[in-house]
Amino acid sequence: MIGIIDYKAGNLTSVARALHYLGQPCEVTEEPAVLEACDRLIFPGVGAAGEAMINLRRRGLDRRLREWIADGKPTLGICLGTQVIFARSEENDAQCLGIVPGSVRRFPGDMRDQEGRFLKIPHMGWNRVLFSRSHPVFADLPADAEFYFVHSYYPAPADPDYALGWTDYGIRFCAAIARRNLVAVQFHPEKSGAPGLRILANFCRWEGNDAQ
Amino acid sequence: MLSKRIIPCLDVRDGKLTKGIKFKGNVDIGDPVAAARAYYEQGADEIVFYDITASSDARDIILDVVRRVAETIFIPFSVGGGIRSVEDMRAVILAGAEKVSVNSEAVKNPNIIDEGARAFGSQCVVLGMDVKQVPVRPEIPSGYEIVIHGGRIYTGRDALRWAREGESRGAGEICLNSIDADGTQEGYENDLTRMISTAVRIPVIASGGAGKPEHLHEVLTRGQADAALIASIVHYQTHTIGELKTYLHQRGVKVRMEW
Repeated sequence: MIGIIDYKAGNLTSVARALHYLGQPCEVTEEPAVLEACDRLIFPGVGAAGEAMINLRRRGLDRRLREWIADGKPTLGICLGTQVIFARSEENDAQCLGIVPGSVRRFPGDMRDQEGRFLKIPHMGWNRVLFSRSHPVFADLPADAEFYFVHSYYPAPADPDYALGWTDYGIRFCAAIARRNLVAVQFHPEKSGAPGLRILANFCRWEGNDAQ
Repeated sequence: MLSKRIIPCLDVRDGKLTKGIKFKGNVDIGDPVAAARAYYEQGADEIVFYDITASSDARDIILDVVRRVAETIFIPFSVGGGIRSVEDMRAVILAGAEKVSVNSEAVKNPNIIDEGARAFGSQCVVLGMDVKQVPVRPEIPSGYEIVIHGGRIYTGRDALRWAREGESRGAGEICLNSIDADGTQEGYENDLTRMISTAVRIPVIASGGAGKPEHLHEVLTRGQADAALIASIVHYQTHTIGELKTYLHQRGVKVRMEW
């Protein structure tokens, strides 16, 4: 059973729908006991970091999530879930979970494209991810695969060993993170068509070992 | 870099497509869920549903369509038409849509943009604008006026000012429909699109007028649109989405070619 962590951060059912489509049993829940019993976890979310942290703390999920990840439970962060795994976020100047060293920063407001036009924020739409090494969760993806992003803040890991995938939008930012039993992506695999479903299917089979 | 998005638009009334859509072998289908799935498989980057159900008692029908679409396609999709309150927005989002578009209601009650953005985040709120070209006058300095009810009612709002106001109220995207170009298949309103797209810092989807692949190329380059809405050009099988994307890709427009 896959536990989808519910902390009232947006509509979490789209991840559940994608897993249903893949034939993977899952449960969207905020109950620590139910999550504890799951053999893997997905930590999704859309919204603001400050409120997300308040909701996690209120349910005691901040402490439990740190424990589960430290205990080796395979865990996939998505979008806001990925961001709050970091030590802090510039969004609401929020102290976050601190599972990954580093911070989450806002895209600079003055980024321009090659023709000198301002780049729009949020970074919304389809973009590529350049993977710097292979990883079981990101196996068998087409070389030109693109993924669906929608965000105004981006992860900036302090330790480059955590960074697995990179995306260009005005700057080059870290779009995929992997360390031991943790993987985390800034894009939405549940909304990225076949390549996104491939990532979810890979995660459902993954034992939690980094291939590094 | 970000790809330009190609977005088919499906008009739905009472849970059915308003016009049959022809697919391979000229099979005519009227089911919005089947049509959405077909376009998903053809490489659509996003799908827009526009609900033109007249009766407000029939709101549940579109919600059922949204639920079934959300189980079948795994790209973002939005729903517009008949959204009158934050509660309407919430119902559509909970049924599985990523985005909700507000159009006439936002003109009558602009606060719905602020309230929607506060409740669900700006990325969920699309401001739909129906625009007609008019002679420049003091209230309409841009020469483009916002119209509602399919262009029958002029609102006295300037399109450029309304786009900026929508952005500052929290809209995450603008879907800009030229009533003059809509249905002509003679090309998008590129000047209007460029004017709006360069005036705001949120993405702009151009809508109305696509009849040939060249039209998409023009609006995504000269018109500086972030995305192009298409309807008849794919509904009647003049082109597939794949053909349109190949055309754009060969001419240097970055589009998603792997799906």
